[in-house]
Amino acid sequence: MKPDISEAVPDPGDHHPDGATRASESTLTAEASSRTLLSDALRRLRRNKLAIVALVWIAIMVAVAVTADLWVPQTLGDPIKIDTTKVVGLSLNPPSLAHPFGRDDLGRDILSRVIYGARVSLAVGVIATAISVMLGLIMGALAAYYGGLADSFVMRLTDVFLAFPYILFAIALMAVLGRGFLNIFIAIGLLGWPTIARVFRSSILQVKENEYVDAARALGAGDLRIMTRHILPNAVAPIIVYATMSIGGAILTEAALSFLGMGILPPTPAWGLMLAEGRGFIYNAPHLMIFPGLAILTTVLGFVLLGDGLRDALDVKMKD
Amino acid sequence: MLKYIVRRVLQMVPVFLGVTILLFVLTVVIPGDPIAMRMGERNMTDAQRASIRKALGLDKPLYQQYGDYLVRLSKGDLGESSRARRPVLSIFADLYPNTIRLALAAIVIEIIIGIGAGIISAIKRYSFMDVLVTLSTSILVSLPVFWLGLMMQLLFGIKFKEWGLPYLPVVNMTSDQFPPWAHMIMPSIVLASVSTAYVARIMRSQLLEVMNQDYIRTAQAKGLSPSAVIWKHGLKNAMIPVVTFIGLDLGAMMSGAILTETVFNWPGIGYMVYQSILQRDWPVVMGGVIIIVFVVMIINLLVDISYAFLDPRIRYGAESS
Repeated sequence: MKPDISEAVPDPGDHHPDGATRASESTLTAEASSRTLLSDALRRLRRNKLAIVALVWIAIMVAVAVTADLWVPQTLGDPIKIDTTKVVGLSLNPPSLAHPFGRDDLGRDILSRVIYGARVSLAVGVIATAISVMLGLIMGALAAYYGGLADSFVMRLTDVFLAFPYILFAIALMAVLGRGFLNIFIAIGLLGWPTIARVFRSSILQVKENEYVDAARALGAGDLRIMTRHILPNAVAPIIVYATMSIGGAILTEAALSFLGMGILPPTPAWGLMLAEGRGFIYNAPHLMIFPGLAILTTVLGFVLLGDGLRDALDVKMKD
Repeated sequence: MLKYIVRRVLQMVPVFLGVTILLFVLTVVIPGDPIAMRMGERNMTDAQRASIRKALGLDKPLYQQYGDYLVRLSKGDLGESSRARRPVLSIFADLYPNTIRLALAAIVIEIIIGIGAGIISAIKRYSFMDVLVTLSTSILVSLPVFWLGLMMQLLFGIKFKEWGLPYLPVVNMTSDQFPPWAHMIMPSIVLASVSTAYVARIMRSQLLEVMNQDYIRTAQAKGLSPSAVIWKHGLKNAMIPVVTFIGLDLGAMMSGAILTETVFNWPGIGYMVYQSILQRDWPVVMGGVIIIVFVVMIINLLVDISYAFLDPRIRYGAESS
């Protein structure tokens, strides 16, 4: 089981002397409050250099991954197709100017494969996290809002899920579902919900005590309206922070699964798969492993640093 | 205190039952014919198949199969590996010491480096060391552990040997060439890497928080030296969450380190379960996960009890609610 991100107690970030006055101004109207909170957070995020670097790096990765079809195969070479006439001469070529990351055992350009691998990783990170967040929000809301039996049931269910060793659970799910792209989304998405549900539950429980919720109820608002209009917007900050960090976690899990042969199917270029394939060439061609690993590291680091920055900007305490 | 412990133990029962149900469902829905798995590719008549099904209890309804399974479990019978034809319990009894040895080495690294780095960066806040620690913990939590293992093998195992420097064994647990402890160095560092970063982060933020408390100001005001304030008053309270994290992490490591063990061919339980999943040896997978979950739960229980012992707010909070 990997250590839970929510267990890392955050640094007590910088103090913003203007924070207090701003908050009292913004209580005048509900509309103004949501806008001010957001712009306030954005302003603080802009001051965090590391988070901005992370954001720019993620933006570059996304841009490169999305536009890859337009220029990568033409300039670097196809990430999957093997040129059988040239394999012998090109196999395992070390990095060069024309091929900065070198070539793999089948003569394919590694930079091209790393770029296409970014598509897999980013898609898994975002979609699996989206599934976890959806499930987690629903379950967390059920538990916190209705309490009692629903709460006990959901919380015990999260206990059961969290009692399982995480990576073993992921492998077992992949064994049930079968390897492949779609199943990775499902497996990692299914595994992520309990922590989101817990984070969301506790933040709803805090928000629920506020008088404006009572006021809305007194005005005759229904459960769904109270939930979507009054509780969700106020309980969402920890979820944004946690989801950003989970994208990195999902990318790491996908890489681990693919590395263990339980994830993406070859010949699709995926970073974990490339590491598994490159492992056999550690003695004579280590560049097969170095670059996909660096790609994983820098991508996950981007999401971790952005998550840290958002946490400080939104002033979220992520104590369990 | 006793009331708290009883409550905490009773909470474990439904969770453990839930785990057995989940596992049972997994093995039912997993693709593949359990009889073919057991008997290999031999040709069998339908009558033979039926008799094997009966012998294995696969002809009964599912709830009854689950009941039988629970009864066997309560007697400590975890079944037999369908490949090795050995009791699952004895397989894991043989391998657990290897996992524990690696875990203990990793915990020692976590304690020394994690706590040390956390204290230094908290005391010297905003210094070069603090920035270094903060940045390197971010990098460590973003590192794929298996890649870290591969890179260490490349550098300390292969390149150091090429360059004529003292080098480390790349894989396995024993060899003629190296003493056993040399084999543990790289896997234990890799296993400890992520958690060490978390320990450092928690230690830093806890110490910073505690140093803002009134009683610390009192201690400073009565003229204690800065080091006495930190060591005698600050660390005592700041350590509680750190110790809890390390305890929970020890529990997590008892579930075996699949990735680390795979990269280093370390014959631990995580590697065993992973191999069994690949070979579809379901009794070993199920039995293994049951053992692992049980051990992890016991360790978490002990951590919680000692936490409640150290911090009265927890046990009174739990009793009053």
